Amino acid sequence: MRDHPMESTVERGVDPKSIAGKAPGVERRVPLVVVGAGAAGVAAATEAARAGVDVLLLDENPIDPDMMAMDVPLHFGQRMSPSVRNRALMVERVVEANPALAEAYEAGVDVQLGTSVWGAFRNGPTVRELEGPILGLSSEERSWLVGYHRLVVAAGVRDLGMAFAGWEKAGTAGANGAHSLMTRYRALASRRMVVLGSGTVGLRTAALALERGVEVAGVVEVSPEARGDETIRRALEGQGVRFYTAHTVREARGGTGEVEAIVLVRLHGHLTPIGGTETEIACDTVCLAIGLVPNVELLSLLGCRLRFRSELGGFVPEIDDRMGTSVPDVFVAGDCAGFHDGMITDARVARDQGRLAGIAAAESLGAIPGGRAEALRTELGHPSGSGPREVHSHWQRWLQSLINAGGWDVYTCQCEEVTRRELVDVQPPRYLGRQSERMRARTLGALLKEGPINPDQVKRLTRAGMGPCQGRRCREQVALLLASEANTPIGEMPLASYRPPVRPLPLNVLWPHDEPEETREQWVSWFGIPTQFGPQWTQTAAAHEPTTPPGGQPPFTLDK
Amino acid sequence: MTQVGGASVVIIGGGVTGLSAGWWLARAGVDVLVLEKGVVGWEASGRNGGGATHVYSPFGLEEQRLWPQMDELLGYPTEYQPYRIRVALSETQLALYRRNAEIAAERGFKTDLLDAKQLRELVPILGDNAVGGFHMHFGGHANPQRTVQAYAWALQDRGGRIYQHTTVTGVNTTGDRVTSVETTRGTFGADLVVIAAGPQTGLFAAMVGAYLPLAPARVEMIITEPLPPMFRGGVDGNGVYGRQTLRGNLAYGGGPHEWIDVTDMATPEQPSTPLVRNLARRVAELFPGAAHLRVIRGWAGIVENTPDGVPVVDRLASPSNVVIATMSSVGFGLSPAVGKGISELVVHGRCLFADLGALRLSRFADAPPDWRERLGWIPGLARTRDGGLLARTVP
Repeated sequence: MRDHPMESTVERGVDPKSIAGKAPGVERRVPLVVVGAGAAGVAAATEAARAGVDVLLLDENPIDPDMMAMDVPLHFGQRMSPSVRNRALMVERVVEANPALAEAYEAGVDVQLGTSVWGAFRNGPTVRELEGPILGLSSEERSWLVGYHRLVVAAGVRDLGMAFAGWEKAGTAGANGAHSLMTRYRALASRRMVVLGSGTVGLRTAALALERGVEVAGVVEVSPEARGDETIRRALEGQGVRFYTAHTVREARGGTGEVEAIVLVRLHGHLTPIGGTETEIACDTVCLAIGLVPNVELLSLLGCRLRFRSELGGFVPEIDDRMGTSVPDVFVAGDCAGFHDGMITDARVARDQGRLAGIAAAESLGAIPGGRAEALRTELGHPSGSGPREVHSHWQRWLQSLINAGGWDVYTCQCEEVTRRELVDVQPPRYLGRQSERMRARTLGALLKEGPINPDQVKRLTRAGMGPCQGRRCREQVALLLASEANTPIGEMPLASYRPPVRPLPLNVLWPHDEPEETREQWVSWFGIPTQFGPQWTQTAAAHEPTTPPGGQPPFTLDK
Repeated sequence: MTQVGGASVVIIGGGVTGLSAGWWLARAGVDVLVLEKGVVGWEASGRNGGGATHVYSPFGLEEQRLWPQMDELLGYPTEYQPYRIRVALSETQLALYRRNAEIAAERGFKTDLLDAKQLRELVPILGDNAVGGFHMHFGGHANPQRTVQAYAWALQDRGGRIYQHTTVTGVNTTGDRVTSVETTRGTFGADLVVIAAGPQTGLFAAMVGAYLPLAPARVEMIITEPLPPMFRGGVDGNGVYGRQTLRGNLAYGGGPHEWIDVTDMATPEQPSTPLVRNLARRVAELFPGAAHLRVIRGWAGIVENTPDGVPVVDRLASPSNVVIATMSSVGFGLSPAVGKGISELVVHGRCLFADLGALRLSRFADAPPDWRERLGWIPGLARTRDGGLLARTVP
């Protein structure tokens, strides 16, 4: 099974407790894996399959309803109707909602729905034993590993979280989560929605909601003017949608852990609330449609170089004109390669990016001759859409208005219940009880005296972002808050790390049913060095320790 | 470079060992400077199981004595929790854990052997697959991330200094003594130098002419979503070590390590591997009642081992003003005591509270240069001849 070039030169034995020789097996190794069956992913898969490449196209919809309830991978906000538990029905709807999938099937693409990609592993300086790059996949029942020769990541975007008092109540959802429930699943359990954000995302979310029979009780915008396309805005107003410009959210109300109303407040020009201008609007859903963030967690795990580009939504992969990343066998396409309004207004952009990635992957596999690939590229041009513009200053304005209206004692991280104040004061979690004066003095300001800001360090100390949603709802807010408090431009804030599994999966799903017997037989909790945990308190005690522990393996000998 | 300052004691390495040593020295009124190439406690010191149950060590008694006081001594929380239960799912495991209990008994610590039913009464998420286990009336665990930061802050509170993002590039010697340390931030004079640099300790030892055989390896852990606190947080076994955190998460590691090379001072990447699945299995086997819990993170760290897996904590004969400390991959729990021991090696020339004879460097004087190969601790079977990665193209 193993045929690496060093094998014949290895004459001595290897440490039986080490990973050597126990590299995990893959169920299959596929020439091309495409992650995400949105417009970009389907186009990439179809293009490559038509060139004769064996393609595996993965999409995690329909998503495990228990994961949906954790706001993973999108901010569904507990507004799923019970029908999401009917898996067969959801598979049917997911397929129906995506007509391009049929083309992919016809082109011979192996499409696997309901399959999450939770890990991406490759050899590097400290990992040498993998037999090639590997993805960790899972269904609701099990996990397995698939190898690939080329990978196209078309993982889309997720919702930008923005905290206000009460946003942890059921009914605060993200625009992409709501969109997914309205389109893919036809399972949005909302009757009356207030949309936060009047850009393209907000307006289109409001329009879609109306179309699906959801009443839109208002669109809220922190800026003095509505931002998105005027035609859509007028159409919405024509249908009775009220726009609350120069407004922000004071709180979401509801007595039963459910959103029952939202309280807005009018803002001065400098984003401070004007007393006495509160408006309470009854609603069961507040839809955060302020921004969308490229999903780069797999790219980060793969070591693709990422760069902060505000006009593309934050950290995005560095790419060449063929949608190739800095890792030679990894390509990207669609929203995760960089999101801006043009990606929504012109559906061709994502699709053409997908085709480019599919062509490049197929070409690098030798399935498309260079000349033909070049001709296809000329035909496609370089699809990027129009109108990218910097977004983070607008996000920062929203955040500032929410702080001004709702204060600092609002949970930024819902999972770990970390408030904005606790975050910027870098205070330990409340379950540790009241802290000493010295501890209270160790704020962000104190930390900054020791070196540049490190979001992972703040995460460790405060626990913000360490919960089951894996930081999806708070990651950007935390970065914005820390940048603002540290007087650091948001573009200079390092990306907080991603660690696998990038989906929260049950222990018994991750459980490797394919585990080799040798792994089981040789398993030790720590190295298996016979003398490591023997008596060491005197030289005499150490000398008398038996070299083979009872039931342990024979020791290695240092035959000096 | 020009001399930019210095300290009575310069400590190379801001991991848990160096920080604790620095804190003890600062407590004793010594002018101490810790040099750290990255962020304090960022490597294996801050990402480990947090166990504090190492009574086999010469530092073991002091470890047990100190931990319950650490929050108070440091002035910052460590999340220390006492006691440990170790559960065996096979007779082999039970025999191994029994040996640990015997060693503890020799040191005067009490351990009860429990059957599956008694174990489940204490820890309801255990299953009926346990063949037995040991309830240790000693030991415990703490939060490594919080603890390393606590050492660093406490050290500063006592007047010690820490320079982060400062890489040591050389050590200057005059006669039998180290005089200064070269760094990316200038040269620092020193009356005495402590080398406690984890996997890089051997490289620094070589700079002062000492041979310290060390092999670095990558090891991994996983962590689940929280569940309500168990009666005792420190429950492990079945080939995994770890704890329930005070927050409620299950954090466990174990299984095959990967021997690697660390050839310079750079921090290598520390990716997790598909081993997260094998770890998940063992945690699910250990806690059948919690097998539905979701794994929300995995992480990896680089640790180093000596040929016998036993620490080296020693004051060199020559140069006469250097203390070397590697804990051979087991440093976190012992850190309160090790730091104290190092501070005594610095101040008194010997450890006053423990016999460190078994931890001397001289035991490796004759270790052959190819000792790693002889032990089979060789990195990278999948590495090509030229050191590149095994990248396969499509046939």
